[in-house]
Amino acid sequence: MGRFVDQFINPVIWARYWDEMLGAIGLTVQLTLLVLLTGLLLGLVLGLIRVAVPPLFRIPIVIFADVFRAIPPLVILVVNYFALPFAGIRLSGFDCAWLGLCLVLAAFTEEIIYGGLRAVGKGQWEAARSTGLGSVTTLMLIVFPQALRMTVAPLTNRTIAIAKNTALGSVIAVPEILNIAMSALSNSANSTPLTMAALFYIVLFAPLIVFSRWIEHRFPQRG
Amino acid sequence: MDAVLTNFANGDILAITWRPLLAGLAQTMLLSLLVIPLGAIAGLLIAALFVVSAGLARVLLMVWIDFFRAFPPLVLLIYLYFGAPLLGYEISAYAAIAVSFTLNTSSYFAEIFRAGIEGVPRGQWHAARATGMSWLQSFFVIVLPQGTRAVLPDLLSNIITITQLTALASVVSVPELLHTAQLAQATSYNVTPIIAAAVIYLALLWPLVRLMSHLDARRYSTKLSAAATQRRRRQETADE
Repeated sequence: MGRFVDQFINPVIWARYWDEMLGAIGLTVQLTLLVLLTGLLLGLVLGLIRVAVPPLFRIPIVIFADVFRAIPPLVILVVNYFALPFAGIRLSGFDCAWLGLCLVLAAFTEEIIYGGLRAVGKGQWEAARSTGLGSVTTLMLIVFPQALRMTVAPLTNRTIAIAKNTALGSVIAVPEILNIAMSALSNSANSTPLTMAALFYIVLFAPLIVFSRWIEHRFPQRG
Repeated sequence: MDAVLTNFANGDILAITWRPLLAGLAQTMLLSLLVIPLGAIAGLLIAALFVVSAGLARVLLMVWIDFFRAFPPLVLLIYLYFGAPLLGYEISAYAAIAVSFTLNTSSYFAEIFRAGIEGVPRGQWHAARATGMSWLQSFFVIVLPQGTRAVLPDLLSNIITITQLTALASVVSVPELLHTAQLAQATSYNVTPIIAAAVIYLALLWPLVRLMSHLDARRYSTKLSAAATQRRRRQETADE
């Protein structure tokens, strides 16, 4: 037991890396917020465009969504980090992670939003148009709010799952929580920094998971 | 254009690396075939326990599920793999993957199965028990098949996520597809292997992603027609 405490919750090690780990939390939160904001917005816009344009113009959006849903997020980050420089695009690890996760979230968001928009009955469109509303107004004021109610639960779950992927940034040298904890681990030969990392992630994400349960209860997907 | 080919789709590099990449793909599929059943069986067990439990036991199960849904799998994997030896336990990369991924994926499977099982009307249970079936028989023969059908798109989505998850094994040096590609890139100073790996993942998972979209669309439309039927019935009853 003494050995366990010494290796996993050592107060001396804890105090030594506390400040550094706090900085890493700041970076993780920043990365997460940027990914959520840009990814959800891009996915939303793409989903709305896909409903509004004729079938031929939907193809690029479908291909985009399929590609970024099929390739593992870690592979996308690695491609960004190692391959983009050969195309003359030099991004920091942080920007690679942001760009990659933003595109993955956008792909899933687009698919969910589009599914929701399609699921709103034709009668809603016809009724709105017959009252004299334009097609854009109908989409934004009548169809979209109904679609949002249907999609908010799966969207929340997917968003949290992708937000957790910020830990993947550690692989491409983003100094977020896991990355800092791993270098602290190799410097101190002690697992306490990893315990700190695990606790920080739980503290960051457990409230979101509980929130998603509430959303699922409040906006049931069925019926 | 030539520069693009040399850098990103270099035939000479591909000629040397396609064999290791295929071996990596085999490892990726092997890992998936190991982790998916482990997670599904453990998840089903947790879901079954959840259905029969009440009060404090139910709360504890929910805490367990949410704990491992909040714990990023990469952090869990590294914690096990690098933490255990410091306690004096050597753990192989495969064992660390099996344990950490099972803890993570079983929580998601449990949530999916639970939702499916809870969606089956109570009458199905009562009817099954009334015919003399035991609880286990009712569960496996009557309730589970119906509950599973309802959540098929979620199960498929989870299976895709787990297959993608196996790429994390590269971090603990398991020679799966991504790790093989990264090694080939490091030795050849060319990113062609990594691009090739991305293309292989795409080829592997694209059909499943398409199928997922298809199932989702069907689920939305059946939900709508079910709602419409219900509305019509209500209307008819009101008319009478």
